[in-house]
Amino acid sequence: MSKQTTGLAIETAGLVKTFGENRAVDGVDLSVPAGTVYGVLGPNGAGKTTAVKMLATLLRPDGGEAHVFGHDVVREADAVRSRVSLTGQYASVDEDLTGTENLVLLGRLTGHSKRAALLRAEQLLEAFGLTEAAGRQVKNYSGGMRRRIDIAASILNTPDLLFLDEPTTGLDPRSRNQVWDIVRAVVAQGTTVLLTTQYLDEADQLASRIAVIDKGKVIAEGTKGELKASVGAGAVHVRLRDAEQRPQAQELLRTVLDAQIMLEPDPVALTARVGNGDNGRGASERASRALAELSHAGIHVDNFSLGQPSLDEVFLALTDRRPTPADTDATANSKEEAAA
Amino acid sequence: MSTATTTETTSGEELAPVSTESLAELLIAKERPPRPSALSASVTFGWRAMLKIKHVPEQLFDVTAFPIMMVVMYTYLFGGALAGSPSEYIQYLLPGILVMSIVMITMYTGVAVNTDIDKGVFDRFRTLPIWRPSVMVGYLLGDMLRYFLGSLVILAVGLALGYRPDGGVAGVVAGIALLIGFSFGLSWVWTMLGLMLRTEKSVMGVAMMVMMPLTFLSDIFVKPETMPGWLQAFVNNNPVTHVASAVRTFMDGGWPGTELAWSLGWAGVLIAVFGPITMRLYNRK
Repeated sequence: MSKQTTGLAIETAGLVKTFGENRAVDGVDLSVPAGTVYGVLGPNGAGKTTAVKMLATLLRPDGGEAHVFGHDVVREADAVRSRVSLTGQYASVDEDLTGTENLVLLGRLTGHSKRAALLRAEQLLEAFGLTEAAGRQVKNYSGGMRRRIDIAASILNTPDLLFLDEPTTGLDPRSRNQVWDIVRAVVAQGTTVLLTTQYLDEADQLASRIAVIDKGKVIAEGTKGELKASVGAGAVHVRLRDAEQRPQAQELLRTVLDAQIMLEPDPVALTARVGNGDNGRGASERASRALAELSHAGIHVDNFSLGQPSLDEVFLALTDRRPTPADTDATANSKEEAAA
Repeated sequence: MSTATTTETTSGEELAPVSTESLAELLIAKERPPRPSALSASVTFGWRAMLKIKHVPEQLFDVTAFPIMMVVMYTYLFGGALAGSPSEYIQYLLPGILVMSIVMITMYTGVAVNTDIDKGVFDRFRTLPIWRPSVMVGYLLGDMLRYFLGSLVILAVGLALGYRPDGGVAGVVAGIALLIGFSFGLSWVWTMLGLMLRTEKSVMGVAMMVMMPLTFLSDIFVKPETMPGWLQAFVNNNPVTHVASAVRTFMDGGWPGTELAWSLGWAGVLIAVFGPITMRLYNRK
């Protein structure tokens, strides 16, 4: 059953992959619009790579359906392969060969003549700033250079859909920024990019829509704004001067803000999620009242800020990996302490 | 087959900036060329294998030093006892030891596949719209070059030790061609093992267990007439015996008829059985 192109680059329904007992991908539904960067965000072992491998025809799904540009990834694998390209988590180039040789090899394998493959290789190496390293074996490349040659190999045949599986893992900040620039340039030319990452700022920087995956399931999906809004209107971050005053501050903030208070690992820091109950202005009014109440109660505040929740907070709230949410035993204990 | 890996990276190096303008220019959608033919893809992968030999020439150790050792060792070890003198024995032994060395070397194909297959580059190869077996065929094409080099080395050592082929150049070429053809077929057993087993050590272990009896229990060292009946039955039906006899007959200037048919038949059967299993495993990997 081949669907007509519907403006969607990827469409999956109930996608499942199991390895023995482990349901690595457990019923994933995705709709990725063509021409955008779609972020798949999740911790290690969430099933991101497995999902990408199924979409890139490297693994057969055990259940559900997946279409890439309307082509079924199992029954029409070759049609999918002619339009996608994959940059895996580990360099997907031959480390024993030189940069030029790698690109010529792939040029030949995608049907270019010897002359055209060599020309394309030279142009790509030039564009990626690798001309000087062209004649060196890839195993002698630095991390940033490997990533570049890897992405150069992936876009050699101008794919319609590019899978980037954790493209910046292990890169220094500079190389990471350069990879981001490359991704933006690729998308600007109309290629759809599916980006998996465990870095929230990366998804924040590049992706227009994001799916958060945990334990093989999509636990949230939407635009960056939608995801942030789903967690709350904003977050109040407070740093105290004196750690001993934290239980008191926590109790006070809870009353004034009528919100969940998170105790940060840092013993002088607290975070409050200001709910959607009122509108944004309500949140800021309550925040300023909270600040006044704190100083009135003699609690020394070093830093007080109100902002949109970061994707980090969204992520942690959704995946529930934070050690001490407010209304647990820890809060009960601190209430007793405060009363004493 | 030691592969010297220099993993020293040049990290502190300043990288030229990525030129997004020229990148954009390169990306402007062009007509994609039609996919390459099965032959073209296989030859391209064969080229990859040759590039690897160029970059890591140490891997030719097994087709140079090993065969020299085999020829010299067995000629002088058995020559006096089995044929009166090494120079007489080598007339009988050389074609056989040629077959033995090359057939043994084929197992390195399995090792190479095993060490290579988990590398990221295979994920890329498998997302290309190409004839699927071309990756494996490419390995074997590269290996055929190695078998050819190995054959030349053995022949050269043999000639130096006094071997004189009655079949002349034509007989020698025919013998080596048959041997390489058979080795191509046999290699599919090792590609399968390379994909099936987890470590290269186990590939070597299993391959040795298969190859030791196949090469020693053949007519390579002695004529089967001296063996007990049950062993003769095995030796006479051993594919390596068929190949060794056929190669020996070619090099002696004869036409090996039946033995040639048996050798090619075995090669065909090995490809027909182990080729599809290899591809099945490759697609599942």
